[in-house]
Amino acid sequence: MKDKLEQIKEEAIAQIQAADVPEKLNEVRVKFLGKKGELTAVLKGMKDVAPEDRPKVGQLVNETRAAIENVLEESKTMMEKVLREAKLKAEVIDVTLPSKKNTVGHRHPNTIALEEVERIFVGMGYEVVEGPEVEYDLYNFEKLNIPADHPAKDEQDTFYINKDIVLRTQTSPVQARVMEQGKLPIRMIAPGRVFRYDEVDATHSPSFHQIEGLVIDKNISFADLKGTLEVFAKELFGPETKTKFRPHHFPFTEPSAEVDVSCFKCGGKGCRFCKGSGWIEILGCGMVHPHVLEMCGIDPEEYSGFAFGVGLERIALLKYEIDDMRLLYENDIRFLKQF
Amino acid sequence: MNTSLSWIKAYVPDLDVTAQEYTDAMTLSGTKVEGFEELDADLENIVIGQIEKIDKHPDADKLIICQVNVGNMSVQIVTGASNVHEGDKVPVVLDGGRVAGGHDGSKTPGGIKIKKGKLRGIESCGMMCSIEELGSTKDMYPDAPDNGIYIMPTDAEIGASAIEALGLNDVVFEYEVTSNRVDCYSVIGIAREAAATFRKEFIPPVVTETGNDEDVNDYIKVSVENTDLCPRYCARVVKNVKIGPSPEWMQRRLASVGIRPINNLVDITNYVMEEYGQPMHAYDLDTISGRQIVVKTAQDGDKFTTLDGQERNLDSDVLMICDGEKQIGIAGIMGGENSMITDNVQTMLFEAACFDGVNIRKSSKRVGLRTDASGKFEKGLDPNNAKAAIDRACQLVEELGAGEVVGGTVDVYGKVKEPVRVPFDADKINAMLGTEISEAEMLGYFEKIGLEYDAEAKEVIAPTFRHDLFRLADLAEEVARFYGYDNIPTTLPNGEATTGKLSFKLRIEEVARNIAEFCGFSQGMTYSFESPKVFDKLLLPEDSPLRQTVNIMNPLGEDYSIMRTTSLNGMLTSLATNYNRRNKDVRLYELGNIYLPKSLPLTELPEERMQFTLGMYGKGDFFSMKGVVEEFFEKIGMDKKETYDPNAGKPYLHPGRQANIVYDGKIIGYLGEIHPEVADNYGIGDRAYVAVIDMPEIMEYATFDRKYSGIAKYPAVTRDISMVVPKEVLVGEIENVIQKKGGAYLESYGLFDLYEGEQIKAGFKSVAYSIVFRAKDKTLEEADVSAAMKKILKALEEMGIELRQ
Repeated sequence: MKDKLEQIKEEAIAQIQAADVPEKLNEVRVKFLGKKGELTAVLKGMKDVAPEDRPKVGQLVNETRAAIENVLEESKTMMEKVLREAKLKAEVIDVTLPSKKNTVGHRHPNTIALEEVERIFVGMGYEVVEGPEVEYDLYNFEKLNIPADHPAKDEQDTFYINKDIVLRTQTSPVQARVMEQGKLPIRMIAPGRVFRYDEVDATHSPSFHQIEGLVIDKNISFADLKGTLEVFAKELFGPETKTKFRPHHFPFTEPSAEVDVSCFKCGGKGCRFCKGSGWIEILGCGMVHPHVLEMCGIDPEEYSGFAFGVGLERIALLKYEIDDMRLLYENDIRFLKQF
Repeated sequence: MNTSLSWIKAYVPDLDVTAQEYTDAMTLSGTKVEGFEELDADLENIVIGQIEKIDKHPDADKLIICQVNVGNMSVQIVTGASNVHEGDKVPVVLDGGRVAGGHDGSKTPGGIKIKKGKLRGIESCGMMCSIEELGSTKDMYPDAPDNGIYIMPTDAEIGASAIEALGLNDVVFEYEVTSNRVDCYSVIGIAREAAATFRKEFIPPVVTETGNDEDVNDYIKVSVENTDLCPRYCARVVKNVKIGPSPEWMQRRLASVGIRPINNLVDITNYVMEEYGQPMHAYDLDTISGRQIVVKTAQDGDKFTTLDGQERNLDSDVLMICDGEKQIGIAGIMGGENSMITDNVQTMLFEAACFDGVNIRKSSKRVGLRTDASGKFEKGLDPNNAKAAIDRACQLVEELGAGEVVGGTVDVYGKVKEPVRVPFDADKINAMLGTEISEAEMLGYFEKIGLEYDAEAKEVIAPTFRHDLFRLADLAEEVARFYGYDNIPTTLPNGEATTGKLSFKLRIEEVARNIAEFCGFSQGMTYSFESPKVFDKLLLPEDSPLRQTVNIMNPLGEDYSIMRTTSLNGMLTSLATNYNRRNKDVRLYELGNIYLPKSLPLTELPEERMQFTLGMYGKGDFFSMKGVVEEFFEKIGMDKKETYDPNAGKPYLHPGRQANIVYDGKIIGYLGEIHPEVADNYGIGDRAYVAVIDMPEIMEYATFDRKYSGIAKYPAVTRDISMVVPKEVLVGEIENVIQKKGGAYLESYGLFDLYEGEQIKAGFKSVAYSIVFRAKDKTLEEADVSAAMKKILKALEEMGIELRQ
C-alpha cells in the first residue's frame, strides 16, 4: 500500500514537472486528486484494509495528497509568474507618446493676482466687500475730502453720467460706504473695476481694477500700516522683498505715502525692469483723514485707521511680465492659455 | 517743476551732496525727484583756449588751421568753422575728451570721444566747440552764433574749465510736486525743503526797499470789481526802461530750468515766477488808457487778442484785466497784444496778483489756453506772496539797471489771509505714527520749514504759503517726513479679532470660475462701456428694453459711450478676435456687470447685475453648453430640475436653437446658438454658442449646504420604454410626465435613443427612455413598479405618443 502511494506520488510529481501550461496542471490534479482520481481510488479501496490499519493508511493517503498539492501549487505559482512576466513584456508602451488631456480653461491673470491678494488679506482677518461701479459723486469724491472744485474731479479724469453720478475713478468710495454702516472695527478689502479718462495704449486703459484696503479700530497707527503692507509685499513678491514708504499726498489720507518694493527681478540692484532704480512703485496709502472719518460718522478722537489702494493690473503686469496692458482685454486665447 | 542744483545752493549755501543723494533724500522727505540730468554728464576735458594764429589749409578751401593756447600748451586744431578770429577765446575739447553731440544739436548717448587725427593731411588735436556740441542750444545761450564755434567772453581765463565757465557743471532736477504743496512750485519752496531735509541753513533772498521819491499812485489807479476772483492785486511802475540782455547768471539759471532768456524785463518776470512761484505780468503803461486798471469779468461773446496774436473767445466767467476803455489781458492766463511790452517801451507796469485758482483753471480750459502762469495760478496761490514777489522784481530791475522804479505799490488787498493756528499735541502725534519722538524734536522740524510755535497756546502757526496745514494729522505728516518714514517702526494692528471672508456672492462667482475652467472655458474681461451700435449688430428691435442705457456724458468716443445692458457684445467681440486670429476651438467666459437704469434720466444708481457669460465656437454644440450650465447649477446646490423654454424670443440667437433657462418657474438665463446674421456682423465664421446666467437670480437658490442621503442598499428596477412621438413634442415634455407620474420610487430616468428617419413614419420621431425605480427601505416588487409605469404610459398616450413594444 505504502509503495503504491509512493508510486502515485512520484508519478504525479513527474507529470506536474512535465506540464508546460496551467491546463496540464489541472489535468494532473484531476487525474490524481479528482473525484475519480487515483488517490481517491486508493481511499475507496480502504474497505479492503484491516480496520486497525485504516487510520495509518488514511494518514498516508493524506500525506501523499498534501505532498502532491504542494508541488502542484508551487508549479502553478511558478508558471503564473512566468506567464505574467511574458505578458508584461508584451505590453510595453512608448511612454513618450503624447498625453491625452482634458481641456481645462485658464483664469485671467487679473483674477489670479486678485486671488493672491485676497488670500493674503483674508488670512489677516479682512473681509472682501464690493461697492457699485457706477457711483455717486458724493462717495467717489466729497466723502473722500475731494470737494467740488478739486482738480481731481476734472472731466479729463472722470467719466460723468450726470453731475451727481460718475463711473467710480477709484475703489475708495467703498471705504466711505463701509464706514458709514458704522460696524466697527473694520478690516476690509474691496476689489473692483474703476474707470479713468485715458485712451487705450500699452500702459493705459480707461477701465481697470483696484483693490482698496481699510482698517478702522482704536489705536491704529502709521506703524501698523507699515507693518501690514510689509507683510503683504513679502507674501506677494517673496520673503526677501523690502518696502520703501515715500511721503505723498492723497486728499483722503494724512499722513499719506506711496510704497515701493525692491525690484523682484534684480533684488534691488537695478535692472531694465525697475528702470535701474532697484524699486518698483506698487501702491498708495495713508492714515484715514480725520475729516473723512467725521464725514462717515466715526469719531476721530476715538478711532483711527489706515487705507491703501493697489492697482490690480499693475501687480498682474509686473508679476507675470506682461508688456502691454491691451492684452488683458483682448481675450486672445493664446494669451490666456499662458496662465 | 524743475530746479538746478546751483540755484538751490544759492539759498542753501552749505548744501554739499551728489545728485543721487539729493534725489534720494528729497524724495524720502516728500519732495519727489522724478529724475535728474547732469548737464556735463557727457562733457570731459573741455577748457577755454585762445586762438593765436589762423592759417589756411593748403588742401581744403573750407578748412582753417588754428593754433590754440589752452593754458599750459598750444594745440593745433583744424576746423571748418568760419566764425573764429585770431584772439577769440573758445571752448576746446582736448584730445581724449568728450562732447555731448554733433553741432546739428543731435545728442549721442554717452557723448562723442574726440581723438587727435588728420584732416586732409594736417594734424588736428582736439576740437573747438559749438554750444550744441556742449549739449545745449542757442535758445538757452542767446549769445551763441547761429552756426559756429561758441565765443567766450574776452575776460575768460585761458586754460580754465569751459564747462564751469558756461555753467554746465550743474544738475537739473525734475520734481513731482503734489497738489497740496503749492509753495514747492518755486525755487525758494524747494530750497526750504532741501535745507530742512539736509538740516542746513536756509537763506532766502533779502528784498530791499526800492523806488524813487515819486508815488506810484500818480501813475496808476487800480480797482477790482470781483474781489472773490482776485483777492489781491499789486502794481508797481518802472520808468525810463532800458531793454537789454539780462546778465549771464540770470540767463544761466533760467536756461537751467528750460526757460529761454529774452531780455532783462522778460527775464526778470520769469526769474521771479520761478524763484517765488508768483507769476507776474508787465504792461506798457503808455498803452493803458485812463491810467487805470480795472479787474472785472468779460461778457459773453467778447473777443480778445492775446499777445501771441491769437484771437480768443471770452465769456462772462473769464476774469479780465482792463484799462479805462478796453481789455488788456486775460487775468492770470495771458496778456493782450494791445498792451504788450515792445523794444520801444518807456514806462512799464508790473502786475503781481492773486487770482482764484478754480476760476483760472476753468477759464483756461474754456479759452483753450494754458500757460506757465495759469498753471501756477490754478493751484491757488498765497496772496501774501504777491507783494514779496513784485518787490523782488523791482529790486532786480534796479540791480540790473533795467529802469527807474517808481516809489510805492498800489496794493488792492481786501480780506488779508491770516496764518492758521493748529493745536499741537506731541503725544497724540506719536500715537498716530506709532513713534516716540520728543516734543523738542518735533518743534525742531517745524522750525526748519518756517512753522512757528506758540508755546503758551500750544499751537503751531502755519505760514500762509502752507495752505495744507489745518489739523493735527497734517502736523503728524510734517513730523513723519522729517523723522523719516523709514524710521517709523513696523507693527501689526492688534485689537479685536475679525473674520476674514469672502461674501456669499463672491464664493458663488468662484464656483462659476472653477466650473467654467473645468469645462475648458478661459476667463476673459471686456469693457463695461460700448457703442450704442451694438444693439443693431445684435438685431435688437428699436423698442428693446436693452436699448435703455446709462450714457456717459464725456465718453472717449462713441465706441465707449454707453454702459452695457448685455454682456453679449463683449463676448462676441472676443470670440471674433480669436476667430480672426485663426485660433481654433475657443471657449471663453466672463463674469462682469451689466448696468440697467431704474429710470431715465438717471436719478439713482443703475442696477448692476453680474452676468456669467459663456461663449464658444469650434468643438461642442448647444448641448455641451447646456452641460456646463447644469454642472454649475449642481455645484451650487441647485438640485431642482431646471427646464428649458425654446420660446426665448432672443433675436440674436438661432430661432430654432435657443432657450430660456427656467428654474423654479423663474427665468435665470438663456443659451443658444448665435444667429448666423449676428455671427456675420461680428465676423465669426463658425457656429458659436453662448449661455448667459443672470447671477442675482440664482442667489436665492444657491447654497453650500449639503446633506448625506445614504447609499442605496436595495436593488433598483429598470424599465425601458420606446415611443413613437409626434415631432413637435419636446423630450422635455416626456420627462415632465415621467417626473410627475413616476411616483415615490422614481429614482432617475435617461434618454437612450433618439431617431428620426426612414423607419419612422413622417412627422414622428422615435424616442427611448430608461426609467429607474428604487425604494430606500425595501426591495421593490413588480407591483410597485408596474403601478408607476402604468400611470406614466397612460399620460404619455394621452399626449399622442405611441408606445412600441
